[in-house]
Amino acid sequence: METFRPVDEEQLREVVAWAVSNELPLDVVGAASKRALGRPGNLPARIETGSLSGISWYEPTELALTAGAGTPIADIEARLAENCQQLAFEPPDLGPLLGAPAVAATLGGTIACNLSGPRRVSAGAARDHFLGLRAISGRAEIFKSGGRVVKNVSGYDLCKALAGSYGTLAVLSEITVKVLPAPEKTRTVLVYAQSDADGIALLGKAAASPLSPSGLAHLTADMAMRSAVEYISGNACSVTAVRIEGTEASVLARTEAMRRLLGGVAAVEELHGYNSVAFWKEIASAAPVIVQDGSIWRLSIPPSVATEIVAAIDCEACFYDWAGGLVWVVMTSGGDGGAATIRNAIAKARAGGHATLVRGDAELRARVPVFEPQSAPLAALSARLKAQFDPKGVLNPGRMVAES
Amino acid sequence: MQMPEPDAAVIAVRGRLIARLREFLPDAAVVVGEDDLRAFETDGLTAYKALPLVAVLPESTTQISKVMALCAEMGVKVVPRGAGTGLSGGALPLADGVTLVLTKLNKVLEVDYANRCAVVQPGVTNLAVSEAVDADGFYYAPDPSSQIACSIGGNVAENSGGVHCLKYGVTTNNLLGLEMVLMDGEVVHLGGKHLDAEGYDLMGILTGSEGLLGVITEVTVRILPKPETARALLVGFSTVEAGGECVSGVISAGIVPGGMEMMDKAAIHAAEDFCHAGYPLDVEALLIVELDGPAVEVDELVERVRVIAEGCGASSLRISESEDERLAFWAGRKNAFPAVGRISPDYYCMDGTIPRGQLARVLARMTELSSQYGLRVANVFHAGDGNLHPLILYDASVPGELERTEEMGAEILKLCVEVGGVLTGEHGVGIEKRDLMGEMFNEIDLAHQQRVKCAFDPDGLLNPGKVFPELHRCAELGKMHVHGGKLPFPDLPRF
Repeated sequence: METFRPVDEEQLREVVAWAVSNELPLDVVGAASKRALGRPGNLPARIETGSLSGISWYEPTELALTAGAGTPIADIEARLAENCQQLAFEPPDLGPLLGAPAVAATLGGTIACNLSGPRRVSAGAARDHFLGLRAISGRAEIFKSGGRVVKNVSGYDLCKALAGSYGTLAVLSEITVKVLPAPEKTRTVLVYAQSDADGIALLGKAAASPLSPSGLAHLTADMAMRSAVEYISGNACSVTAVRIEGTEASVLARTEAMRRLLGGVAAVEELHGYNSVAFWKEIASAAPVIVQDGSIWRLSIPPSVATEIVAAIDCEACFYDWAGGLVWVVMTSGGDGGAATIRNAIAKARAGGHATLVRGDAELRARVPVFEPQSAPLAALSARLKAQFDPKGVLNPGRMVAES
Repeated sequence: MQMPEPDAAVIAVRGRLIARLREFLPDAAVVVGEDDLRAFETDGLTAYKALPLVAVLPESTTQISKVMALCAEMGVKVVPRGAGTGLSGGALPLADGVTLVLTKLNKVLEVDYANRCAVVQPGVTNLAVSEAVDADGFYYAPDPSSQIACSIGGNVAENSGGVHCLKYGVTTNNLLGLEMVLMDGEVVHLGGKHLDAEGYDLMGILTGSEGLLGVITEVTVRILPKPETARALLVGFSTVEAGGECVSGVISAGIVPGGMEMMDKAAIHAAEDFCHAGYPLDVEALLIVELDGPAVEVDELVERVRVIAEGCGASSLRISESEDERLAFWAGRKNAFPAVGRISPDYYCMDGTIPRGQLARVLARMTELSSQYGLRVANVFHAGDGNLHPLILYDASVPGELERTEEMGAEILKLCVEVGGVLTGEHGVGIEKRDLMGEMFNEIDLAHQQRVKCAFDPDGLLNPGKVFPELHRCAELGKMHVHGGKLPFPDLPRF
């Protein structure tokens, strides 16, 4: 496979123009740390945006930052930290889960996959922080959308179209994201030894309180034991965890109030700053399931049906984030990696939701729909959108759905 | 403002269209009389009026689907309309188009506390969503100032904001699911009660698409637990610069206020005369900073903001000690538009967004424009998110004054773009800012947007003439113009 690594936007456009003229499909990646997410490509050429790197504009008081699509997330987080700011959607590092190096992910790749961490429940998804873009469509044309401000309804919101499109509509060259103040203090309230159903109910209680939790996870005993944080792994029982962030006085008072709200059912413990940060990084990167054999699925479902669905699929292991709205599941049974079992269970719960095969070998990902199959009208509409942006199908064809 | 030439062939088949609509809609749901149609002739942008060919008021998704399929079959345009409070003319009728009124779909279908969401029909008002969950301690966060009247379907179409956007986001950040009907009558479901829908984010594209892509027939919104408490500071400054500095100071200190609003002298005086909120009259800028959340946090942040404001040379400063006092601080701001309406026969409300740091520069330039055009301006500013609402005061009965006002308004919006901002923050492009889109976007940018419409509505029948300065046929937009094909950069890194 030939790999192009353009150093500026015009070179990027030229590569796409060349691909269009020759009708040669391109594998579009940032650092390729998440290339194993989605269907396999086997494409003749690759375009890497890693050289379109660097923060070109950052005004802390404007709460926004512009950077090349290939800029490592780590560089952006380091720069933001100098001003006590952060990417509030908590970009997860899925590299290790996907067999790639850690800390390699780029801003473009993270946005293109619309990946968000535990703070998704309170701060929104990556797409909610994506304010503006420059990109090259499959027509080999440079276009822009959005801006540098949070309130903007000037024309269609093409940022939303590109977030989560896995590089199938356009190649991002420059991205503007919203940034927010980082919390001064973080604590995590832990409740031990709850069943899945009781744990999710506690998370729902925390989410419905005015105490503004920013992380809501539940780990079964076997998953909790994988944690490097002693308070999580040390008791050989399940752990229900609620994160509280903010100013010092606020965090202390809300942590106390959260302990009262959740306590009375079981032993309650508390993680302070260092352990909290370490634990929620594990949750974001799906660390508890990495060492597990089998296919790994990510279920996005209404929290009220989480335990019902998990009970129906007989999985090898699982843990819950987003108050039960996100379930990481390990499946070892079935020739389809558990696809039918999981998707049937979601359908049977009749509450909506979808499942993504995040980790599976290439052969499986080619054979089984990685992303939830859509209804016929929705699939047709999505295909028409793809055709408008990329009429020759040169950008990551087949990454999201099999080519017909 | 030039609208597309009405299609005489469509107007000629009006009788047949009405007969076919009545095959599946009750007689009262098909509005045909001129006097009755007048109710729909304009929206919140009242300077523009037109009578629709026909108006229909369906009561279900099925009926809407049939209306759309029929109109597609007969080649008739459709203009969706919510409560008609939009400020950019997005619901302006077309003489050769059916106005599709969604106000009869006005039920809250389900409140689901376990999943912290509500499923509502598009005609439910914004405020009614919050009211439906209020007793249980929840609310719906986006709160446009028209929230008593504006509908949630219209909020989705316009991606409406409000005063709490910086902390709680705009409409698009608070949606979980949509049901919509495409121009061909197809019903499509997007998202649901879960976070992050699969596939392309079509819900995100629909939000703010101003009724050009699909008709929204059901909305699932996130509901949030109400904050424990809220307190506000009312701070006066002797210069606009000092007020702007205070806004930046609050943000730099890592504080995200629930609301942060600024008014200039003209707006302060109009508001104080109107509702006697107790605003200081000897200041150039007045800032309201509201902190909400747990009481202990709010008290701490109020104190921090006070120190910042004093450091910026505040000439007056009050802190709300009761809920009544907090509401009194807001009374003047919330009534700023009607207050300005009292001191001028007419006013024109602009809606640019600018980087916060550019406020002083933009206001100074606006003072110059004001004297150049001989028109007074009052400014209210969502300082938290940079959304600026200059109100140009004019008299429509004076020949030429509306035209001069629009010209000045266009200059202000160009200025917003020039300083790194955008044409519209929350009111939409509609017909009002349609011809200014070229200030922000080049032809390639606009073509990429218009091709999105081609995916949804290839024949361009849904709300044409809005948002885009020029109508292009999808066949024309679809042509490829790729030059090159060789790699002209011999030094391009390849591996």
